[in-house]
Amino acid sequence: MDILQILVNGIVLGALYACIAVGFSLVWGVLNVINMLHGSFIILGGYLTFFAWFYLGLNPILVLPAVALVLYLLGFALQYLFINKVVTAPVLTTLTLTFGLDMILYNLMTVYFTATPRRVTLDLGIVEFLGVVTPVDRLLGMGLALLLTALLYLVMRGSTIGRAIVAVRMDRQAAALMGIRVNRIYAITFGIGALMAGAAGAVFAMVFPVTTNLTGVFLGKAFVICVIGGLGSVPGALVGGLALGVIESFAGFLLGPQHAITVGFVLMLILLVVRPTGLVGVKGYE
Amino acid sequence: MGGDGTSTKLSGPAVLSRKPLAYAALALWVGLLAATPLLGDNYTVRIAITIAMFTAMALSWNFIGGFTGYPSFSTAAFFGIGCYVGALAQRNGIPLVVAWTLATLAVALFAAALGLIILRLKGHYFAIGSIAVVEVVRLIVSSWGSVTGGGDGLNVPLLQGGPEAVSAIVLYVMLAIMLAAFGATVLVDRGRLGFGLRCINQNEDAADMVGIDTTRYKIAAYSLSALFCGTVGAVYASWVGYIDPTDSFSILLTVKVPVMALLGGAGTVFGPIVGTGVFVLLEEFFWANFLEWNRAILGGIIVFLIFFLPGGILRLDYRRLWRDLLARRARQRSAEAAE
Repeated sequence: MDILQILVNGIVLGALYACIAVGFSLVWGVLNVINMLHGSFIILGGYLTFFAWFYLGLNPILVLPAVALVLYLLGFALQYLFINKVVTAPVLTTLTLTFGLDMILYNLMTVYFTATPRRVTLDLGIVEFLGVVTPVDRLLGMGLALLLTALLYLVMRGSTIGRAIVAVRMDRQAAALMGIRVNRIYAITFGIGALMAGAAGAVFAMVFPVTTNLTGVFLGKAFVICVIGGLGSVPGALVGGLALGVIESFAGFLLGPQHAITVGFVLMLILLVVRPTGLVGVKGYE
Repeated sequence: MGGDGTSTKLSGPAVLSRKPLAYAALALWVGLLAATPLLGDNYTVRIAITIAMFTAMALSWNFIGGFTGYPSFSTAAFFGIGCYVGALAQRNGIPLVVAWTLATLAVALFAAALGLIILRLKGHYFAIGSIAVVEVVRLIVSSWGSVTGGGDGLNVPLLQGGPEAVSAIVLYVMLAIMLAAFGATVLVDRGRLGFGLRCINQNEDAADMVGIDTTRYKIAAYSLSALFCGTVGAVYASWVGYIDPTDSFSILLTVKVPVMALLGGAGTVFGPIVGTGVFVLLEEFFWANFLEWNRAILGGIIVFLIFFLPGGILRLDYRRLWRDLLARRARQRSAEAAE
């Protein structure tokens, strides 16, 4: 296979990865919570999109905002009711709590939706350019993923909520003194994290089959991308996602597909020790 | 160390550890577990084995997660490597007990080497790093098919004797490991190491300043937290006769063990024992009655634990609970009398 093709595959995958990780990174960066629910949020988004498409015949792209809204409300409620109560506790507590919540959500999904792999089939054909062959639905997925990531970036940069989130991240106490309701910002941030996960899941379901068995895989990707790119910033997640996509693509080609994931994790462990702020991370935020 | 909430981190063990009553209760508990082959059927023995096995691992986790306060989620890596080293050694004709010892030493060495690297991380980064270790080892084991059998798993030579004899042997070995882990906990708790680890838990920089070799102490705690998991893994492999990567390196195991220790009271001597007993019995009950929902119920237990038992069962102030209960009773009675 030629290098250009591998690179394109990697970038397409990487854009999806960035979209998967950006919500996780935001929650970790702002709330200092490792959100073990993230993988299940992604799958829930994917499943909801599939059901709307399969049973109601709706266009998945039109369904995406609705799915994102549902996930936002779920995330907001979970943070408001549960996680906010222990948000300042040590990582052991918050991580264990989100893991417990994840077990509940996972169980609900496997019982009501079953673990059958599901995929929205769009049948858009393929395009060929400079000898590089890519299915159109993947390009669409990449475009949507990048669009969503860019949207989040604009919201974080330009909106009042976005600025408030950044302020809370920088200094919780000072933000509170400036009249920002910190707990509400936490809930909104967690909601946005879930929203991005749901949207990423919806995009993913248009490109690859999704099943509840993948929750751990997605969560693992989010870990790796956050560490590679650096925490809590949209550009960090984008760089980390694209880097991981390209690395996995090349590693899969050179070492065989079964080693592609291992390479990502090993790289992450090395970076954790050598440069825990990630490639574009800012020092002092951890 | 006033009565404020922050002091609970340090002051745990004074509650129970020096009371003869606690030791008597432990002796009774171990005696009960040891008597299951005489009293109950094979199912009861299996529960007793599970309790002994997880108690040993929860006590182990307590060294790094409880005393030292490092949120380690690498238990499954230690357990899994123990499984595989034990199984591979046995398949290559090494006698049983030697294979188990080998697994223990291999895991302890692995933890010491790994600790040198990842114990430099703190908080969230350490947590993520320790989870990643489980994933990396699992992925390596499942893709290294020529040695480990890959995803197909490995068959392990079965123990001699009928199923009842095998269960009894496994039970006594697991109980022995559990007691060894407990002995180590008591020694660490009373000794210099435990004191140093608690200092690190409170304030690592300050501990370093007063002359505690934090790196060495942390590596010692991390290796201790791995050691018994390795033995447990190897014995487990011999018990079940078949291991595979998903089972040996499960993320559920890696979170379950800390939850057990937390349930009883992390950083206490008896907490992990109480927590594991309660957790395994609850889990067994839910498995038997709500098979489909058992994962959600375990999640529910975790959520309950975080909100209502943040310091664990042993850290609850039972005298105060009792006083409150009595006071409420009295109030009710006086209200009734007023009517």
